[in-house]
Amino acid sequence: MSVDQATVRRIARLARIAVTDEEVPHLEGELNAMLSFVEQLGEVDVTGVEPMTSVTPMAMKKRVDQVTDGGYPDTVTGNAPMTEDHYFLVPKVVE
Amino acid sequence: MTDLTHLTLADARDALKAKKMSAVELTEAHISALEAARPLGAYVLETPDHARAMAKASDEKIAKGTAGALEGLPLGIKDLYATKGVRTTACSNILANFVPEYESTVSSQLWRDGAVMLGKLSNDEFAMGSSNESSAFGPVASPWTPPNWSVEKARSALVGDKKGLLVPGGSSGGSAAAVAAGLCLGATATDTGGSIRQPAAFTGTVGIKPTYGRCSRWGIVAFASSLDQAGPIARTVRDTAILLRSMSGHDPKDTTSVDQPVPDYEAAIGRSVKGMKIGIPKEYRVDGMSAEIDALWTKGADVLRAAGAEIVEISLPHTKYALPAYYIVAPAEASSNLARYDGVRYGLRVPGKDITDMYEKTRAAGFGPEVRRRIMIGTYVLSAGYYDAYYVRAQQIRTLIKQDFEKAYASGVDAVLTPATPSPAFGIGEKSGADPVEMYLNDVFTVTVNMAGLPGLAVPAGLSADGLPLGLQLIGRPFDEETLFSLGEVIEQAAGRTKLPEAWWA
Repeated sequence: MSVDQATVRRIARLARIAVTDEEVPHLEGELNAMLSFVEQLGEVDVTGVEPMTSVTPMAMKKRVDQVTDGGYPDTVTGNAPMTEDHYFLVPKVVE
Repeated sequence: MTDLTHLTLADARDALKAKKMSAVELTEAHISALEAARPLGAYVLETPDHARAMAKASDEKIAKGTAGALEGLPLGIKDLYATKGVRTTACSNILANFVPEYESTVSSQLWRDGAVMLGKLSNDEFAMGSSNESSAFGPVASPWTPPNWSVEKARSALVGDKKGLLVPGGSSGGSAAAVAAGLCLGATATDTGGSIRQPAAFTGTVGIKPTYGRCSRWGIVAFASSLDQAGPIARTVRDTAILLRSMSGHDPKDTTSVDQPVPDYEAAIGRSVKGMKIGIPKEYRVDGMSAEIDALWTKGADVLRAAGAEIVEISLPHTKYALPAYYIVAPAEASSNLARYDGVRYGLRVPGKDITDMYEKTRAAGFGPEVRRRIMIGTYVLSAGYYDAYYVRAQQIRTLIKQDFEKAYASGVDAVLTPATPSPAFGIGEKSGADPVEMYLNDVFTVTVNMAGLPGLAVPAGLSADGLPLGLQLIGRPFDEETLFSLGEVIEQAAGRTKLPEAWWA
């Protein structure tokens, strides 16, 4: 399988990464180089093989559903580019 | 007096304990060394004030007799580890001004045991790379010079664009370069596909990626969560054993961290390897492997045989599929993990006409080309219609790779011996062509270990014909790092301690 320029633009949109017109042909070449490299996986017989979900077999750890942390909004918002009254600010999303 | 920056971590520890020197003296020697080595680019942030305060506190603890296992030992920290109040960037522009409000579990354990932080070390951006060239701070030069280069030539390249100087490997290139150049006694690193072992092999240092789950991932910038593991790089097998003990252990904040006791790894150094069965996987004898790598591998097997181990050929039939499967699994997880960098809660923000435009401009400006490429391939293999063909298949192949190792271990093999890398270090700028796969092939021997979650140790085993370091890799059973330390020590003793380069950069 390979990608064309329209697909490159669609992936970039899905990944929320702006691409310029000049970048698209380069990305097309690079992504296709990666895709042709992984093509060889097609020759492996994977019938009946479980896909790996956990590399170290272990029981899922659980804890009581209760608040264990928090109460420091200054710290939580301390690295945010834009905040107001401990809220993260974003461009307007509803009209 | 001998140069304090050339001591092994173990010797420095013993000298501090015997009060032959102070932690402040040891730290000052390192601060001077790293200042003189700035052109190498190993450190992206120096924290001398931190270091001095920690060293002073260590001296007080030593005087009081309350010293920890790493008391007063100066270390460098890979910039992927969150350090409270100290800028942590993952060497990405998207985190250029990020100052964490918390400390990673692994680094906090090092400080608990008395270690001293010298600063933050360069790495490939978000740990994606095998040469440290994708760091937003620029490439790191290896302290090893290219074959036949004069000191003058190396110095002039160092103040220029560094082209032609050797890469220290990656992604933990800053860690490996700093350890090899005597800019710290040991360093933290991380390994997702070979990022501890390949740079260790390129710089004549020792690195171990422990079993998945051995070290907490909490507070370490995530790349591919099912593959990422923390581990140390140091100048001897013993030194890595000492560091790993402090770095390991259960952490309730990481659900994949394992609740098992941490052995005294240093006690495994010098233990007999007599009767151990060492597997030599025939599939690692890849096409085009250089004769000197092959010879190094044979020599390593001979050394272990001479120490009483039994050498057996084994088969790991799915080896060749590990790297392509990795280049589906790792980017898929990265695309998901790196979705958090959106310009809202932390990191860079580039204004846009609406929120999507802001996301897209922020991420285009903040991520470098390799990171963008991997996020995009990950997004593609997880997208509707391709998920089964790529992602599910890669995870099935991962199961097969793990089963290959399980079969070998079930047949009585205690550890597997392989080369660490297919070649010695290459030059800065040498592999930056249009095909990213050329760089990826560096990890062909190491990536299987991450796919199977196993421990892997890279140990220097000799020099190439051109005089560059070459390493061997020992792969162990899950949570049997001790066997790797015992075997690694045998190889290190036989090869002799690598003579690290003189400080031509200073």
